[in-house]
Amino acid sequence: MEFAELIKTPRADNVVLHRPFYLAVEGTLCLTGHHLIFSSRRQDNAEELWLLHSNIDSIEKRFVGSLGTIIIKCKDLRIIQLDIPGMEECLNIASSIEALSTLDSVTLMYPFFYRPMFEIVEDGWRCFLPDEEFELLSSATDEWRLSCINKEFSVCPSYPPVVIVPKSIDDEALRKVAMFRHGSRFPVLSYYHKKNGMVMMRSSQPLTGTNGRRCKEDEKLINATLRPGKRGYIIDTRSLNVAQQARAKGGGFEQEAHYPQWRRIHKCIEREGASVLVHGTEGTDSTLQVTSLAQIILDPRCRTIRGFESLVVREWLQAGHPFQQRCAQSAYSNSKQKWEAPVFLLFLDCVWQILRQFPCSFEFNEQFLIMLFEHAYASQFGTFLGNNENERSKLKLQQKTMSLWSWVNRSEELSKFQNPLFEANSLVIWPSVAPQSLQLWEGVFLRWNRPSKFLDEAHEEMISIIKYNKELQAKVNALRRQLAQLETVDRMQENLRHTQLGIVSPLGSSSVSKLHTVSAEAGTLTSTQLYG
Amino acid sequence: MEHIRMPKVENVRLLDRLSSRKAALGTLYLTATHVIFVENGSETRKETWVLHSQISSIEKQATTATGCPLLIRCKNFQVIQLVIPQERDCHDVYISLIRLARPVKYEELYCFSFNPKLDKEEREQGWKLVDLNEEYSRMGIPNNYWQISDVNRDYGVCDSYPTEVYVPKSATAHIIVGSSKFRSRRRFPALSYYCKDNNASICRSSQPLSGFSARCLEDEQMLQAIRKANPGSDFIYVVDTRPKLNAMANRAAGKGYENEDNYSNIKFQFIGIENIHVMRNSLQKMLEVCELKSPSMSDFLWGLENSGWLKHIKAIMDAGIFIAKAVAEEGVSVLVHCSDGWDRTAQVCSVASLLLDPYYRTMKGFMVLIEKDWVSFGHKFNHRYGNLDGDPKEISPVIDQFIECVWQLMEQFPCAFEFNERFLIHIQHHIYSCQFGNFLCNSPKERQELKIQERTYSLWAHLWKNRPDYLNPLYRSDHSQTQGTLHPQMAPCNFLYKFWSGMYNRFEKGLHPRQSVTDYLMAVKEETQQLEEELEVLGERLANLQKSQLNDNKFKSKPQDRSKQLGLSTSNNSLANTPQEYSNDLKSFPSRSPSQGDEEDSALILTQDNLKSSDPDLSANSDQESGVEDLSCRSPSGGGCLPSEDSGKDSDEAVFLAV
Repeated sequence: MEFAELIKTPRADNVVLHRPFYLAVEGTLCLTGHHLIFSSRRQDNAEELWLLHSNIDSIEKRFVGSLGTIIIKCKDLRIIQLDIPGMEECLNIASSIEALSTLDSVTLMYPFFYRPMFEIVEDGWRCFLPDEEFELLSSATDEWRLSCINKEFSVCPSYPPVVIVPKSIDDEALRKVAMFRHGSRFPVLSYYHKKNGMVMMRSSQPLTGTNGRRCKEDEKLINATLRPGKRGYIIDTRSLNVAQQARAKGGGFEQEAHYPQWRRIHKCIEREGASVLVHGTEGTDSTLQVTSLAQIILDPRCRTIRGFESLVVREWLQAGHPFQQRCAQSAYSNSKQKWEAPVFLLFLDCVWQILRQFPCSFEFNEQFLIMLFEHAYASQFGTFLGNNENERSKLKLQQKTMSLWSWVNRSEELSKFQNPLFEANSLVIWPSVAPQSLQLWEGVFLRWNRPSKFLDEAHEEMISIIKYNKELQAKVNALRRQLAQLETVDRMQENLRHTQLGIVSPLGSSSVSKLHTVSAEAGTLTSTQLYG
Repeated sequence: MEHIRMPKVENVRLLDRLSSRKAALGTLYLTATHVIFVENGSETRKETWVLHSQISSIEKQATTATGCPLLIRCKNFQVIQLVIPQERDCHDVYISLIRLARPVKYEELYCFSFNPKLDKEEREQGWKLVDLNEEYSRMGIPNNYWQISDVNRDYGVCDSYPTEVYVPKSATAHIIVGSSKFRSRRRFPALSYYCKDNNASICRSSQPLSGFSARCLEDEQMLQAIRKANPGSDFIYVVDTRPKLNAMANRAAGKGYENEDNYSNIKFQFIGIENIHVMRNSLQKMLEVCELKSPSMSDFLWGLENSGWLKHIKAIMDAGIFIAKAVAEEGVSVLVHCSDGWDRTAQVCSVASLLLDPYYRTMKGFMVLIEKDWVSFGHKFNHRYGNLDGDPKEISPVIDQFIECVWQLMEQFPCAFEFNERFLIHIQHHIYSCQFGNFLCNSPKERQELKIQERTYSLWAHLWKNRPDYLNPLYRSDHSQTQGTLHPQMAPCNFLYKFWSGMYNRFEKGLHPRQSVTDYLMAVKEETQQLEEELEVLGERLANLQKSQLNDNKFKSKPQDRSKQLGLSTSNNSLANTPQEYSNDLKSFPSRSPSQGDEEDSALILTQDNLKSSDPDLSANSDQESGVEDLSCRSPSGGGCLPSEDSGKDSDEAVFLAV
């Protein structure tokens, strides 16, 4: 199919663009296969707006005489208005936008056409591989193994080819467990807490049905992850009521009698150094929210930029969160399907809430989260296309599209996403979930409806305060070094003089230790400044 | 002392509001000025001090098996729950506190016994810190249009006004006196703010006694004089800050509002702010929401919405914005009044001034602003904040609302204010504490009669002394946000008003962000300053050394390599930005659900001595850690010390021991 067929009027002049907090601008509107482009014709201050068609959630038309108005509501929650002279032009443009923003085929999406203008330093498709993750794990424990059971996506279509499972459970048993779990999502390792060896696993619901079906291998697998005498919790993210109803449809929940070391809880997460298994119904939505939030709280690595990217890859992309279905439309769409849901956005909002409560404990800033939100809904990159690894591999995304991470992880981009206040915090960060502690995420929900100038200025000021401090620190350190050097020279000269005079100086060999003293002093000085 | 039936009760339990499992056992003391709870714990002996004047209500609840619960609610929004073993003791404490919390004469208030150990001269200096004559001359007054009038000397015309008032030059004493007779409580129009760039001004008064048809020539002349003082404009706005219905009802009592037909060149405008009774109830409702034990999100949001609190805050802000716009953008003068002109009028005039003039957004300027619009114009502090036992219907959080407006602005203009949230919280605290004399009584006249300045200390001097604690690290006097008018058209959209948990849940530390950006940046800035100083010292030392080595150039060596290495290690060591280290084995943490914040977290952050003691071994609670960093130890003056902790203590040992 040619995009040209869909574009009835590729260009309109004298179009006026309205946005909140900006003066209306007149300019030219162009439609391309993937973009709506508006450029003002003012010579002095040319302004361009590029909008991906895939970002458009809904479009409304209005007419006053022959002046048409199109109101475009985007998935990133921005609303713009275009006044287009000429009824026919306006209608043509509106219907083109509608068609282009609701293309059926994934392979027609922009990522398949996008050619990056930047140099690829590190291929994002090759980052965050399961093997690397497993290597980290093996340094802490040998109770787990990598299983390639799902190599051709033959056991579980929504799992990645490689998963981490208890060492004592072989692939044959896994196959049987898979039959007992909704969508074949058998329990796999989600997180290993090195401090106490406790683990978090995730799965889908067991298919117990109304007559309480059991699966020996499932019980063995789950029990195998607990050391003798330890307890575990099965966290069912559904309410008891919903879980019970699920039995009628063949689903269900674990009977505690068959999993003696485990206690099942619904929605409530306690904190006592116990292992957990998390599942909801399918284990692709609330399950992933819970497991990934828990990791943000527990694992300082997930609060770094790379660590968070890795978390998104592991716990969302590879874990089979159906991004394409969930993010196909958004809040403004009139034609939402029942599988549309802002699950990932909700997770990012939770992360933002924690970030707000621990503003110094995250390497990334709010912009980083907003960026991920945008790209999950509309992007030039292939990362969030497809519903699982299986689909992604069929679409040959690795060969045909660019990875979001290839773009983000370049220093030019990274600098925008770094939190100037970050100081690595190796501790568990428990957020408050009292209503008083939670706020509306203005950065997303009021992003286009509030003046941000003053907040941006505050952010810049923050950066410059810290930058200046670091510069001074570097200067002081350089000076200290220089001084220490000169003092050594000084000392040696003195020694030389003494030697020449035939005096053996006890200080002769101590010039180095003297330097040590200087550096030690320097160290304490700064730390007392900070802590004192 | 005669009111204290029971100076000391042992084995009292102080309950943690968020988690009933956590209760501290200790001893309760009643002193002449404070209620003090001292925990039994051998090492820390944590103390909780509450000034009697902060107590807003005491509730004795039904006795249970564990004892008799006593609930103390404070005006600074602290809620203290005690359980006293014996009912009889509880009753005695209750009766004593009821009396102590409601003093009947000013002399009983804390400021008359509070002694910060300053000499007479220092005290006098303290009172001179804020000088309103200086302030009016900063505005450029007196000038061709405005003059100082002594018509109210000895409070002869209006007993709730200051003796010195600023009025239009063309307003003769005859006009002023005539106008005052036509205004409630004789509060005639007087200058609050003057904008020297365009001559527009903000004047304030009480409502006219117009009834349904009464007129007053002098009052009409007075308004005319205000208009003439702004030659660039041919009319003035008269802003009545009451809802129209309330103003109309007042007409039946012979009061009311200006009739546009009788006054030449006025534009009359209602901006509905509700009265003190509505505000009191609204706060009450909001506090009930704050006190809910583990409320759901919708309990909280519905409760907040139903309290109407933020709606009222917005109404005040809207009025302030209207006036600021009139003055800054239209260059039109405004006369503001409500009924008596001491509550809503004070709120609105001060919000408008704050928007208009960057000076009021500095620490000193903010003190001046409160002194000008609240203290000098007879805001009834004693009645509104219940300092002395009085009519509970007079109590209303009028200045609290103003303080919140400032906070809402700070949230939206983070670089515009020289001071931080803590400054506002401490001012609110001291409006109720009666520790300083500034806010005593109902008018300047009463304060003069009580000789406040000779017998008490000024809060402003106290705050000024601790200036570094109150600085906003993002403030720079040369920043664009600190210049000129805070542009009202950019200002508050409806949805930008937020619940201020830092104030209303002030004592529930677990609800607040665990790391404070402000404190962090303040520590960085302080370090920066020290680095600047060090840089200078090092520079000098280097220059001296180089000079001496130049003179002594016999010797040549290249020790660079080694010292470079060492230098590197130096810089590594001194990378003091490494994380605040914590201990991993905080055994004292009971297991708790994530929803429950722990107030004591920061107190449990260990000192450097314990840093190395982290035990990686897997004890039962080995991951019972907390990511809370002790920010107070990073803050420059050691302190998130809020006045609740420091206010009394700094001086009170004597009082404490005397009991």
